Amino acid sequence: MSFWTDPMAVIANLIGGWLAGLGMTEGWVTFVLSFLGAGVYALLVMLTVVLLIWVERKLLGRFQDRLGPNRLGPWGIFQTIADMLKIFTKEYITPNGVDKVPYNLAPILAVAGVLSVWAVIPLGATILGANLNVGVLYVVAIGAIGELGIILAGWSSRNKFATLGGFRAVALLVSYEVPLVVSLIIPVLFSGSMGMNNIVHAQKDIWYIVLAPVAALIFLITSIAENGRAPFDLTEADSEIVAGFNVEYSGLKFGMYYVADFMHTFTIAFLFSTLWLGGWLGPWAEKYPMLGIFYTAFKAWFIYFTIIWLRGSLPRFRIDQMINLNWKVLTPLALVLLMMTAIVNRLVPEGMLVVRTLALLAVNGILLVGTSWLLNKFAGRNKRVVVAPEPRPVARPEQISSES
Amino acid sequence: MTALQIIFLFIAAITLASAVMVVSARRMMHAALWLVLALAGVAVIFAMLDAGFFAIVQVLVYIGAISILIIFAIMLTRKAMEDVGPQLNRGWWLAALAVVGVFAGLAVVIVSWPGVMATAGVGPDADAIVNFGKDLVDPDKYVMPFEVASVMLLAALIGAIYVSVEHKGGQP
Repeated sequence: MSFWTDPMAVIANLIGGWLAGLGMTEGWVTFVLSFLGAGVYALLVMLTVVLLIWVERKLLGRFQDRLGPNRLGPWGIFQTIADMLKIFTKEYITPNGVDKVPYNLAPILAVAGVLSVWAVIPLGATILGANLNVGVLYVVAIGAIGELGIILAGWSSRNKFATLGGFRAVALLVSYEVPLVVSLIIPVLFSGSMGMNNIVHAQKDIWYIVLAPVAALIFLITSIAENGRAPFDLTEADSEIVAGFNVEYSGLKFGMYYVADFMHTFTIAFLFSTLWLGGWLGPWAEKYPMLGIFYTAFKAWFIYFTIIWLRGSLPRFRIDQMINLNWKVLTPLALVLLMMTAIVNRLVPEGMLVVRTLALLAVNGILLVGTSWLLNKFAGRNKRVVVAPEPRPVARPEQISSES
Repeated sequence: MTALQIIFLFIAAITLASAVMVVSARRMMHAALWLVLALAGVAVIFAMLDAGFFAIVQVLVYIGAISILIIFAIMLTRKAMEDVGPQLNRGWWLAALAVVGVFAGLAVVIVSWPGVMATAGVGPDADAIVNFGKDLVDPDKYVMPFEVASVMLLAALIGAIYVSVEHKGGQP
């Protein structure tokens, strides 16, 4: 076992041996190692976000025909560090009448909910936090903590707009969780396990995006919605409800929501790469786990770029469109897809990879065409509602004179 | 005492204290938050029993779904901010009596159970979920309650749609 084949085990052995030399019992050594590992891991993810914010701003700038950050350092790469220092030094403003404990707890929960997902994402064959046997469920369950952070922020700010934003956000998050969970069942169905690393191992023959492209698409759409970014950014629609649930937050507390948002995008990209694109699988990845990090990250960056691309290209959904898309399109589609995939997967024997792939692709294709046909058929049924403001009494000279 | 026992006592104390706070907090929102903490404590105890699946389901269902639903209901309630009335009514001693009775009964039952002081774990749970899933759909075991539960959920769904649909022509 050398450093290049299994770096985490080598480092763990090194530190563990040193701690044991100090006279610690085995249980405590495990505890300290897990603690250190979790701390370093979380810190690395948080530091990556500093780079990510620059990447996202730069890419968005290019999509919108701007330069993006370009002053500080080469290509403006240090801009985020300056922003970070600024936000550290800003004043915390706590409005009158807020509910103190939930108000301060909410940003922490928002970040914790995203950061905890990283515990189950395998970066390499042996580089992973924990191969929980309920990994997929864990991802969904931890997402609920982020929701709690948003609902608490909306309520405890004691501000009408924040509460409205909180309601919108939770309506979005809770409803999009349904197709998200259904689409997550499909990799579990194929691999026969809920452990993330087992799902990656099971994709050795073929990536699941080939077997279930529609489910992968549903996963991507609902994940972007869970993240609450464009085209689903109506939770912080600045033109309608000022800025949503986080309107009363300032300084680093606002910064934490910001970080949670960017980190969530990155997390989605890694989840997508793990569940659908074969995670760390690639040439020689099993022999050299460090290569696995490269493969996972490469696939994840591709998805990350796609998400930013969507953000830069699509206009925002209205709230009724958002709810309709979820309950009338994505949820039925995901449910039908799950049933069809389960049946076909069962009918075609495991060994016949080509036949199985073609059959599943055919099912996906039929469903896509069917959905599109149904949507087109019923598209003209709902008349477009023309939204116009109510006529309001305005103090104009002619109106005042007509009163008399 | 082992480290696990210390952690158990600590978590149990937090769970019980927050359960008390659920009923004694003056603001309904705070009560809901204490409820979240109490449920999280139960999830940690599940995790300590090597029942990872139940720990996650506890978080998913109780914290993720039910608590958020409760918080939603509270946010839509009038006078959710502050309750100024007395917290006890005249019948409080009846409730206290019932609680003490139930606690005493449970305590007697649990103490008389021979396995109460055993510290052995559940065992390696390598295939626990697989076995659990198979038992749920096994005709000889639990397929009946499982299906009945799903029928009940379906009935609840249909009921929710019926209640929320706009009835044409006045009263439903």
